Amino acid sequence: MHEMSLTESVVRILEGEAARHGFSRVKLVRLEIGELSHVDPESILFCFGAVAGRSPLTSGAEMKIVRAPGQAHCLDCGDTVPLADRLAPCPRCGGARLVITGGEEMRVKEMEVE
Amino acid sequence: MCTVCGCDTPHHHPGHDHGHDHHDDHHDHGSSRMIQVERDILAHNDGHAARNRAVFAERGILALNLVSSPGSGKTTLLCRTVEALKARMPVAVIEGDQQTSFDAERIRATGAPAFQINTGKGCHLDAHMIESALARLRPEEDSVLFIENVGNLVCPAAFDLGEAAKVAILSVTEGEDKPLKYPHMFQAASLMVLNKTDLLPHLDFDVDACVAHARRVNPSITVLMLSARTGDGLDPWLEWIAERRRHTLAHRAESLEAKLAAVRATMDSSG
Ligand SMILES: Nc1nc2c(ncn2[C@@H]2O[C@H](COP(=O)(O)OP(=O)(O)OP(=O)(O)O)[C@@H](O)[C@H]2O)c(=O)[nH]1
Ligand SMILES: [Mg+2]
Ligand SMILES: [Zn+2]
Ligand SMILES: [Zn+2]
Repeated sequence: MHEMSLTESVVRILEGEAARHGFSRVKLVRLEIGELSHVDPESILFCFGAVAGRSPLTSGAEMKIVRAPGQAHCLDCGDTVPLADRLAPCPRCGGARLVITGGEEMRVKEMEVE
Repeated sequence: MCTVCGCDTPHHHPGHDHGHDHHDDHHDHGSSRMIQVERDILAHNDGHAARNRAVFAERGILALNLVSSPGSGKTTLLCRTVEALKARMPVAVIEGDQQTSFDAERIRATGAPAFQINTGKGCHLDAHMIESALARLRPEEDSVLFIENVGNLVCPAAFDLGEAAKVAILSVTEGEDKPLKYPHMFQAASLMVLNKTDLLPHLDFDVDACVAHARRVNPSITVLMLSARTGDGLDPWLEWIAERRRHTLAHRAESLEAKLAAVRATMDSSG
């Protein structure tokens, strides 16, 4: 389950930020996970619950995940269109030649610390 | 230091290098404050991958990342491939499995150097594991390096190792719907190898439907069919590798020529 290593990467990013900004506890961390990315947000939340307690920095921290909507540029009609599923056709013209332009992000957005 | 891999190397974070000294990023909430981070979760892996890619380019190594579900025939194909190529070009193999070094032993039996990575509970190889393996295996200059990933059609899709291409192996016993069920993997792959074609007469596997599914998730994917057991269809695969290698070598020759020209210019100007 690669969600576990991704969650460990999140914790590593938080540790890097703690060293840089000099804080000792994360109260809240907000991730952005695109709707077309390959990770399951529920699984990330589950893994964070398991991993957070290992370090005083993240112990008790809350994680919130915002979903970035899927978006694509359609090569057939030239429009930028919303895309719920990476295999779906263009909702405007039915074309299949879509270049994904949004919804694949996996980012640590911000955090509340003390 | 990374807590996961324990390495002390500096990691760069592609595209996310905005300053962390912008104290206007902080908003006070009593004793707590908000900090804008905006960092890609995979930045650490991608930093290692970029370093591997630079090493491969510098040394003229064509690195191919073989991905598939367990038992699709990666090691069998690699053994045959190594046998066929070893007289023509230097080859080396990195094997990734959760446990055992069986696959590396199978490769070594063919006469090629092989390094086994055991990921333990890990379900994929990551770029840092490859960086460490390279330091031990030291593949020859201008060689072909095959990396056999952990058998898993999901997780290895997310982790760039620095390879030139991902090769997805799908055996015909797995069903033609796999490209649609695991779209990330087939989207990330440059080549799909349909293996175990010797079994087709015994199955109702629909080759055309499978290729159509793969093209639907990845219109530019190349498809080859072969049997690693009988060797049938092996030549186009060997030619695909040779063609990619010519490309890698052409790039290396170009950058060596540029370096040479720079040295000559320095020599000339120093009178
Ligand atoms: N009939 C047939 N069997 C094959 C072929 N290629 C591999 N096999 C068999 O499939 C089984 C698995 O092959 P491996 O090469 O170990 O597969 P793998 O993908 O390396 O497996 P893991 O490393 O465990 O994920 C073995 O019993 C092979 O003999 C083929 O082309 N035809
Ligand atoms: Mg194997
Ligand atoms: Zn996984
Ligand atoms: Zn359209």
